[in-house]
This record gives sequence, structure tokens and C-alpha cells, in this order.
Amino acid sequence: MTTPFRIQQNAREGSLLVNMGPSHPATHGAVRIMLELDGERILNAEVEVGYLHRAFEKTCENRTYFNLLIYTDRLNYVSPLINNHGYALAMEKLLGIDVPERARLIRVLLSELSRVSDHLTCLAAMAMECGAFTVFLYNMKAREFLWDVIEQTTGARMTTSYIRIGGVRADLHPGYKEATAAGLRETRKVLKDVHGLLDKNKIFLGRTRDVGVMAKDNALNWGWTGPALRSTGIAYDVRRAFPYGDYDRFKFEIPVGERGDNFDRYMVRMREMEQSLRIIEQVVPLLEPACPKVVADGLEPAAAVKASRTRRPGKPIKLSPNLEGAELAVQSQILSSDRRYVIPAKEEAYTSIEGLITHFKYFMSGHGIRPPKGDVYAAVEGGNGEVGYYIVSDGTDRPYRLHLRGPCLPLLASLEELIRGRLVADIIPTFGSMNIILGELDR
Amino acid sequence: MEEKSDFLTALAARFPGAVVETSSPLGDMALVIRPESLFEIAAELKNGPGDFATLLDLTCVDFPDRPERFEMVYHFFSLSGLRKLRVKLGLPGPDPTVASLTPLWKNADWMEREVYDLFGVKFAGHPYLRRLFMNEEFVGHPLRKDYPFRKRQPVIPMRTP
Repeated sequence: MTTPFRIQQNAREGSLLVNMGPSHPATHGAVRIMLELDGERILNAEVEVGYLHRAFEKTCENRTYFNLLIYTDRLNYVSPLINNHGYALAMEKLLGIDVPERARLIRVLLSELSRVSDHLTCLAAMAMECGAFTVFLYNMKAREFLWDVIEQTTGARMTTSYIRIGGVRADLHPGYKEATAAGLRETRKVLKDVHGLLDKNKIFLGRTRDVGVMAKDNALNWGWTGPALRSTGIAYDVRRAFPYGDYDRFKFEIPVGERGDNFDRYMVRMREMEQSLRIIEQVVPLLEPACPKVVADGLEPAAAVKASRTRRPGKPIKLSPNLEGAELAVQSQILSSDRRYVIPAKEEAYTSIEGLITHFKYFMSGHGIRPPKGDVYAAVEGGNGEVGYYIVSDGTDRPYRLHLRGPCLPLLASLEELIRGRLVADIIPTFGSMNIILGELDR
Repeated sequence: MEEKSDFLTALAARFPGAVVETSSPLGDMALVIRPESLFEIAAELKNGPGDFATLLDLTCVDFPDRPERFEMVYHFFSLSGLRKLRVKLGLPGPDPTVASLTPLWKNADWMEREVYDLFGVKFAGHPYLRRLFMNEEFVGHPLRKDYPFRKRQPVIPMRTP
């Protein structure tokens, strides 16, 4: 027998208890909002989470430091690269390794692309739920162009596992420049259209202006971070406050709101995307020249791979053994020089005994990456706020404990307070403007 | 670095006996305290000159071999000073209980429920200590080291065993 929920225990005489969720079209995931209603008015609310709990932290304790990277993709599945980035930073802090400049710049580029796509997705869903289906389609279109860049380079749209301990997996795709330019152009166009469609739209303003208002002090007390905190007027951004990667090299502003309502959260996200595009524009010229073309002309990929595996690494290799841009020639630019913590280039592993041993040592159970004993916390600015990893190492090749500090948990915890006393219809834009990603919240 | 250790030393001097250890591993500020003085120190962190207005994170680590089996880890964040502070304390294995921080920070509510759910640590003074992620019928606390990794407790029985 289950004990009744708090909302059931405290229910008033004559009020109506209604479940919203766990499978509701407006909750973009499985979350259950229990409501105590008097007509349309919300007297009380309680949120139940855990429907998407996949034991992320327990699983990580049973995986090696290298293998658990793929699980970080599945946290905030709209911007997986930022999760990869956070994990890699925490591990680099623990291991004390430096990342080459080019890898840091690639990380900045891809993190910003992810941030824009994260915000686009959030606003698309939020606007659609308020009735603006056009905005949804426009935003999804822009996101496709940005994901083209991500897909070309990482080989996946969502499960990227691209940013690794010590650097990145491979160099950028040769066509990244044109793809990024197209993404910037299309996103700018869409942002202009969306501003025109929503900024002075009476229906949208009616649903969002002065709805879900959060005060500054209260937001800090709730542990809010990211765009939601900035909408209340506090200019806290991890990229500026605790610069990581190469963020201190770039010019960007931190947009803030005034009232802390749904409309401000929308506006902060819109203006943040413009700043992210600005950062991308500054990064792209620094990444010249692009990755050298590694596949010899006139060879089929299969033949190229075969030929490359028979060559000695002493000779200059024109073919890529894995065709992904992680060759010996580019490895020093994209991965740390510390041989203990990075995978050797495929040329070495296939053709030299030292390379093969290093490769085995890296992947053998009980060997691999073994950080010193200790604990570390490192954070990055994710799409919704501070994404922090707390890692406890006991000196073995698996983390003793890995904890994710996700930005969504404090946000969703405050939902009960934000919607109390409002109408049922106000839940939808309030929930939408917070961009709750259940994959990250439930872990 | 200088400023960080000064801050920690000043804080430790204000609570003689309560602060067991101060350190700054890898550039973070860390503090180990006695469990009974948690609430007092947390209130001082929040309202004192440190101005730690945000409880950034709250979690627990299980060390089955230690006499103080559960190690609670708090991360506080000060916006005005741009500082992060890690506070740790040990709790005994049988019946681990620590003061709840819900009167000071509202998000402590859910985070403490999470730790209660996954580790079985109880929080004295918590208004609504209920499992956060697991269903209520769930037996045990999954993030404890003695909970088997592959153990399943399906709510609806599996069709194929």
C-alpha cells in the first residue's frame, strides 16, 4: 500500500484533485503534476519525478572512465556535447592534463552550436504549446542546419560522445566552414522571424507576461542557474564567472531580464542565441586551416583503410585508417600529449608494437585511466544552467562515485510555487519556459 | 589561492571544534565538519559575510568500510564573492541522520529527498521525506555499495523470467 501524497493529505473539502501526466503532451517527457483545483484555479500542486530514472550514477560506478562517456550523452539529450564537455573538464581537472588549443576551440564551437539548438528546441516547444505552431516549425528548421555541422563532425545527431578526456575525438569535418556559415545564416533568419511573430503577439504575451514570476532572491534560494536565473536580472554565467576552455578569449554579452516571468525567460534565451552565434563567428576564423584531406583521391574507402593498415608509421601516411580525422598527423592538435590518458592513433596501434601495447593498456580492465585518489567538482554552462560533475576517485579505473549536478532539478522543484494560485493554462508556458529535460533531471 | 585559504582559516576560527579540516584540493575550497554543527555552519555561510546564497548541490558518498560510512557532500555558491565551497561530513552506518537544510534553502527539499531515496540517509526536520526517483514499494537504497548493480525490482512482474 502506498501512503497518500502530501497533496492528498492536505486536500481541502470540495476541491478537485487532477493528475497532469505522467504522459501529457505538454510535459515533453514523463513527469506527473498533481493538481488540487477549485474550478480553473490551482490551489496546490505537487510534482512527481522519476519516471525516466535510468540509474545513471550507479551505472557510471560500474563503467571505466572512458566507457561512461556515452552515458553523459543521454543526460540532456538536446545538447549532448555540453554534457561531454563538462565530464571531460572534470576529468582533466582531476588528472591535471592540458588540452591543445585547437581542441579547446573546437569544444567552444560545438558547445555554442549545442546551446543554440537547445534554446531553439525549448522555445519551439514553448511557443507550440501556446498555439504558435509556425515558430515550432521555423525553429526546427534552423536546428537542422546547426545539427548538420554537428552530424558531419561527430557522426551523430544526439549520441555524439565526441568531446573526450584530453581533447576531442577527431578533427572537424573538412566542410565545417560552409555548414557553419549556412547554420548561422538560417538561424539569424529564423530568429528575426520569431521575434516578429512573438514579441508583440497578444496571445503569446497574455500567456507569458507576468506569469510564473520569480524574484531575484527567491531564485538564488531555489538554486536556479542559467537562463532562468538571468531572466530575474542576475548576470551569472559560468562561462564568464569561472571561464573554462577558451571562453575568456571571446567577446559576448550576458543578456538579463527584469521581471523573471515566462516572457523574460523567452527573451533571455532569444538574445543568448544571438550571443552564441557571435561566439561562433569569432571561433571559426581561429580554426583555420581546416583538417587536411586524408583520403587519397581515386580510392574506395574500404581500399584506403586496408592500405593504411599495412604501412609503417615512420613513412608519411596519406590515408586515414579510420576515415574520421583522428590521424597521427592531427592527433597532437586535438588530443593531449599525455600518452597515459589518450588513445594512441590507429596508425600506431595497427603497425607498431608500442602503439599496440598502449592501446591494450588503455582498454584493458583494471588498467586504463586511473586518476589519483581525491574528489573534484567542475561545471560548465549548459543550455539550462550549471551542469556540474562531482567525481570521487579511489585510484582505480572506475569512478568510486559520480554525481551530476543538473540544472533542471531546482527548476522543476520550484514549479509548485510558481503555479500555485494561477490558472491551469499557466502551467503550460511556465513549464515550457523552464526547458525541463527529464533525461538530465531523473538521471 | 591565498585568498581562498584565508577565507577557510577565518571560517574555521569562527567555529572552533566544529571544523575538522580545511583544504583546497585542485583549487576548490573544501571543509570537513562535525555532523552536529552542520545547520549552524550552513546558517552562518548563508547569512554571514561569505554570502553563500545558493545551495548548489547536495549529495552523498557511501564508504562501507569506514566507521563513518556515509559522507555527505554539500556545494555552496556565493554569487557576490564568486566562490564555491565544498562542505563534507561523515555519518555513521546504522541510522544515518543529519539536520535538514530546508529552512535555509528551498531546493534542499528535493535534493535531500533524493539522497534519502538513493542512500537511506534521514534528514531531521525535513517536512516531507519521501522517495524522489524510486517508487514507494522499492526495497533498499540503490546507490549504496551493497546494493547489487544488476538487481531488478520491477513494479509489474516481467513476462519472461
